[in-house]
Amino acid sequence: MKRLIIPGIFIFSCLTAWEILALEEIIPVIFLPAPSKIFSYICAISADGTLFNASWITCKRLFMGYLLSACFGIPLGILNAQFPILQRVFGWLVLGLQTLPSVCWVPLSLLWFGQTETSLLFVVIMGSLWSIIIATETGIRSVPPLYIRAAHTMGSNGIHTWIFVLIPASFPFIVSGLKQGWAFSWRSLMAAEIFVPILSGFGLGQLLHYGRELNAMDQVLAIIFVLILIGILSDKLLFSPFEKFIHHRWGTDRK
Amino acid sequence: MRPILTSESTLLNPAKISVEGVSKSFPVNDSKILALDEISLSVKEGEFLCLVGPSGCGKSTLLNLIAGLETPEKGKILIDGEPIQGPGRDRLVMFQESALFPWLDVLGNVMFGLSQKPELSKNEKLSIARYYIKKVGLDHFEHANIHELSGGMKQRAALARSLAPNPRILLMDEPFAALDALTREQIYSDIQRIWAARQKTIIFVTHNVREAVCLGDRVLLFTPRPGQICKSFDVNLPRPRDFNSLEIAPVSVTITNSLRHIMQGTTEET
Ligand SMILES: Nc1ncnc2c1ncn2[C@@H]1O[C@H](COP(=O)(O)OP(=O)(O)OP(=O)(O)O)[C@@H](O)[C@H]1O
Ligand SMILES: [Mg+2]
Repeated sequence: MKRLIIPGIFIFSCLTAWEILALEEIIPVIFLPAPSKIFSYICAISADGTLFNASWITCKRLFMGYLLSACFGIPLGILNAQFPILQRVFGWLVLGLQTLPSVCWVPLSLLWFGQTETSLLFVVIMGSLWSIIIATETGIRSVPPLYIRAAHTMGSNGIHTWIFVLIPASFPFIVSGLKQGWAFSWRSLMAAEIFVPILSGFGLGQLLHYGRELNAMDQVLAIIFVLILIGILSDKLLFSPFEKFIHHRWGTDRK
Repeated sequence: MRPILTSESTLLNPAKISVEGVSKSFPVNDSKILALDEISLSVKEGEFLCLVGPSGCGKSTLLNLIAGLETPEKGKILIDGEPIQGPGRDRLVMFQESALFPWLDVLGNVMFGLSQKPELSKNEKLSIARYYIKKVGLDHFEHANIHELSGGMKQRAALARSLAPNPRILLMDEPFAALDALTREQIYSDIQRIWAARQKTIIFVTHNVREAVCLGDRVLLFTPRPGQICKSFDVNLPRPRDFNSLEIAPVSVTITNSLRHIMQGTTEET
């Protein structure tokens, strides 16, 4: 509780200052609406269900894309680490695709899949798959050979070594790769929702897009606020437990 | 045909482990370091063999070769008269550096060694693991993470992990270097008891000559660059031996003198 007091006071005073600046029209309302305006907009869209629907649709897309990325990314990373030939042939390609901002896929995706859910999914997967592959592969490659030797002399071989030594030993890398993949999925999805006009469902990105079209900055800022909230929550709920576990087991937390 | 041949060769050659003219070198920059030069030795079933020698003379390399983790460049290594094919769970290594798995707790680590024994039930494995954890005095640390253990506790956990699967051959690389004197003496007697009761063949690397005399049936002295066996001492003292007993002293003095001689010899050369 105590830890929350100082950041709480800080945020509260920032909001108050902002509110005053906006109410006194020192900053034009068009540029930056007052926090109270944003808040009442959030209340309004919460009340009529728009917010919930849009968040639900966005999260569904995010999870679908992300899970597909993880389901393909981890095994592909393992294969890459196991067969050096794959790494030699595809390594540079994977690296290149990882560095490519996934918005770049939007035109192609629209051409291939049209204004559909698949098109969004494609952009999300292209955004996160590669970093998950790379992290998994790096993790497995950096397992100290001593662990593998020790496992071999204890009679562990082949698949057993993979499941019980290589994968757990690279767990810290895999989790950070998954986390990075999540962040990339999230960014890609927003880019896709803003740029792909799609009729099958109104996500948060589309709400934000229409806010811009209507010059309704309170709508834009409200959605940005919701996006930040979702980002924080998903990080805390999805990854913090694993990271805590890793820090605890490996002794990598600095207290 | 083959089984008969094998039994004949074991009759002719009753050695549990026989190392025949084994050489091993490592590439270092452009040249090569000859870590082992045509080493031959044989270890009888149930023998406790200690290896002593200056640092860098190839003791760990020899253990790795016997474990099957590396392949010799020249010569061959036979276990029960059969050439070794890679690592196997009949030959367990306790490594010089801690090779405990950081993603498992102490119990998990000890259980890992037992995971490859399908003949044991889950409960049997658990009780065996607990038995050895208690034996090395870590019973209150069963669920401790590896990074929470001290250096000596890590070595004890590693000892429990290597004893639990009850391997026929145990290859130990300076296993007790980080233990305090009292624990160490306790473990000397434990290990002699386990060794006698379970009829294991043990190869034990150490820098402590007294420790070698206390534990070994035979002590081999290595010389560095190239690594070779230069002397062999039989230790015919009654067992169980106590680390502090007076009988040990004269033997270890003899060996220490030889060791000193080797060290001076090599420093004069270079
Ligand atoms: N993986 C390796 N790559 C290159 N050189 C190696 C490697 N392993 C060992 N050597 C070299 O082989 C020689 C013997 O090494 P080894 O580890 O067997 O020595 P040791 O007798 O166990 O020494 P210590 O008592 O210090 O543990 C050393 O000179 C070392 O530099
Ligand atoms: Mg060594």
